[in-house]
Amino acid sequence: MPMATASSSLHGTAAALHGVGAAASSKPRSAAPVARSVRVAAAARGSGSARARGGMVARAAVAANAVAAAESKSGGHELLLFEALREALIEEMKADPTVCVFGEDVGHYGGSYKVTKGLAEMFGDLRVLDTPIAENSFTGMGVGAAMKGLRPIVEGMNMGFLLLAYNQISNNCGMLHYTSGGQFKIPIVIRGPGGVGRQLGAEHSQRLESYFQSIPGLQMVACSTPYNAKGLMKAAIRSENPVVLFEHVLLYNLKEKIPDEEYICCLEEAEMVRPGEHVTILTYSRMRYHVMQAAKTLVNKGYDPEVIDIRSLKPFDLHTIGNSIKKTHRVLIVEECMRTGGIGASLRSSIIDNFWDYLDAPIMCLSSQDVPTPYAAPLEDATVVQPAQIVAAVEQICQ
Amino acid sequence: MAAASFTAAKFLAPVAARSGGDRAPLHASSSLWPRTKPAPRLRTRKALAVSDVLSGNKAAPAAAAHPSATRDEALELYEDMVLGRFFEDMCAQMYYRGKMFGFVHLYNGQEAVSTGFIKLLNQADCVVSTYRDHVHALSKGVPPRSVMAELFGKATGCCRGQGGSMHMFSAPHNLLGGFAFIGEGIPVATGAAFAAKYRHEVLKESGPDGLDVTLAFFGDGTCNNGQFFECLNMAQLWKLPIVFVVENNLWAIGMSHVRATSDPEIWKKGPAFGMPGVHVDGMDVLKVREVAKEAIERARRGEGPTLVECETYRFRGHSLADPDELRKPDEKSHYAARDPIAALKKYIIEQNLATESELKSIEKKIDDVVEEAVEFADASPLPPRSQLLENVFSDPKGFGIGSDGKYRCEDPLFTQGTAQV
Repeated sequence: MPMATASSSLHGTAAALHGVGAAASSKPRSAAPVARSVRVAAAARGSGSARARGGMVARAAVAANAVAAAESKSGGHELLLFEALREALIEEMKADPTVCVFGEDVGHYGGSYKVTKGLAEMFGDLRVLDTPIAENSFTGMGVGAAMKGLRPIVEGMNMGFLLLAYNQISNNCGMLHYTSGGQFKIPIVIRGPGGVGRQLGAEHSQRLESYFQSIPGLQMVACSTPYNAKGLMKAAIRSENPVVLFEHVLLYNLKEKIPDEEYICCLEEAEMVRPGEHVTILTYSRMRYHVMQAAKTLVNKGYDPEVIDIRSLKPFDLHTIGNSIKKTHRVLIVEECMRTGGIGASLRSSIIDNFWDYLDAPIMCLSSQDVPTPYAAPLEDATVVQPAQIVAAVEQICQ
Repeated sequence: MAAASFTAAKFLAPVAARSGGDRAPLHASSSLWPRTKPAPRLRTRKALAVSDVLSGNKAAPAAAAHPSATRDEALELYEDMVLGRFFEDMCAQMYYRGKMFGFVHLYNGQEAVSTGFIKLLNQADCVVSTYRDHVHALSKGVPPRSVMAELFGKATGCCRGQGGSMHMFSAPHNLLGGFAFIGEGIPVATGAAFAAKYRHEVLKESGPDGLDVTLAFFGDGTCNNGQFFECLNMAQLWKLPIVFVVENNLWAIGMSHVRATSDPEIWKKGPAFGMPGVHVDGMDVLKVREVAKEAIERARRGEGPTLVECETYRFRGHSLADPDELRKPDEKSHYAARDPIAALKKYIIEQNLATESELKSIEKKIDDVVEEAVEFADASPLPPRSQLLENVFSDPKGFGIGSDGKYRCEDPLFTQGTAQV
């Protein structure tokens, strides 16, 4: 299978726009870790976020410029997104000997996107298992191993390849805990790069979150920054549920400074990227960067968009989403899924069910076109949502 | 080239030959196409110890042709097979009385395979089955009342009524399912075997006997499915402690094995992947047991997997919904005459291991056990509505955060609601 080099062309964009809640244009880069330290401090008090501790308190808004500056214990360290995923894997594999990795070329090759580079040398060939090309069977192997007490992380070299594992993902990952009456848990993580890349062709450019979202019993999260990549990977590994972690081919080389202290991200929570007043923009994964690029333009035009990276594709964080809608009354969804049957379609539906009374305008949803992703560059560009379209959509909604 | 036609006569010729002793090669008995070289001599229906296959012995040693059992062993095997048979007969009755529903696949006739293999296992060993799983569950020790209650869809079933006939699971007995799609259990079994090897090599947890063994049961139809081949490869590659047990009952619903399979001799597919492939008379529990012993011991010692093809037959249709019109009466009566329970009974009596009346009292005991299972299932409650959302997730935080900021599952009335996310 061809290996695409993750483009770092988004790196520049990301660097300029980064920060959980940091209003990028007004704060210097070094302030970025400040907002994060809210979570770091919470993590330091126990393992993981308040939710993960079982405290289950109402979620405090992780707003820009949280006053936790003093709690940041050290400067943090800079790394690329694929390294953040790798760091998470190493930490979890060191802490828990039942954590293991299955996948094609994860071992000696170090992973097609270098997420597992060096792990086989560290942990051995059985814990970082190079599998033959048999997605359905090695995913099913992951299920059986999970039932018998291991915590496997199954990598799809490209998420699209996991279409071959649909039988196991739907019937066994999703359903087995239920059909066994709760007797067997499947604490498996299924991960891999998906999404539209740079002219990778139709089959390597798929958005499997659309296809998996109906499967009951599955959780789905999408990472988009080195910070949340590490945090979500750790949370997914620790979760007793089967979790599908969607990475994006184009985001692996994003660079960010992340805390030195241990932290995890909550699997079920969305991430406030940019608070605002005029419109709620809900997005995830790569489209977050198109949205933030559009946000620059929109701010110059006098708009104040609130940008939320939903992160949890299933279930949706209706609290964060709802609070935003109650404030702005206008919603734009920007996704990379195709129009038909995508995450956006479900999200729209969920918003209508729960927050209809708060809407002042119809929910707009920008999705990829219902076409197999073409190879030719201009056609590929036309397949996915571009920042100009996002700007136009916000202007339309805010009329 | 004209398509080959498989008439009953052509099909039954090898079947008839099998009953007589040495089995004629399937191709030689039909004039389907000219052969350029002589067909290889097939293995006889005598049980072959795995070591014979490995060492290339063409002739099975005399001892292997007539494996023996002690009185205790024979009675244990008899009781287990009778339990399987009586239980399945009761299922048919209950189904037609409207106590159980859906697709129910009965195991009548195949008892020698379940009993022959599973009675050799420890509690820590795993069994993975298909939708024809009731008797595998019983042989592994799942209480008949739990299985019956599951079939009736009651809350006291082994899966709380949530699985049904095709999804029998029992964690305490290491029964890892119960799968509705054929083939999908084989990777799960491979994973369980992987976990056994991992526990030994990575976690340094060793059982006193050796590796925990996993048995994967599946049928002839499954042997044309990708997952079967993929798992043969991986199991042998990593020398996993697994035995692949093929219950070749010649039919996949209405598809005869020879109509679906280019080379119908399934045991041959083992050596193609580097593991021993053995063919055994699956209507003879002692022969099955003999082969099973060696295959399981091989796995336990870490020598890797074995593919065992058991020639067997289901006396009933594929499921209770199957009119079973395609199988010919000759074929059915041929196998009825090889009823494994009758065969073991004959052996026990002839070898003076027990008397007729002792066997009768075992049968009476099983009758009572099965009756009691039905009574238990009948008297058990149906699952309450609140059970619907339980067990969807091991961690119910998976249902997410509601608009009020709390996890949905924190609401005490949550399970009365719906699962919309």
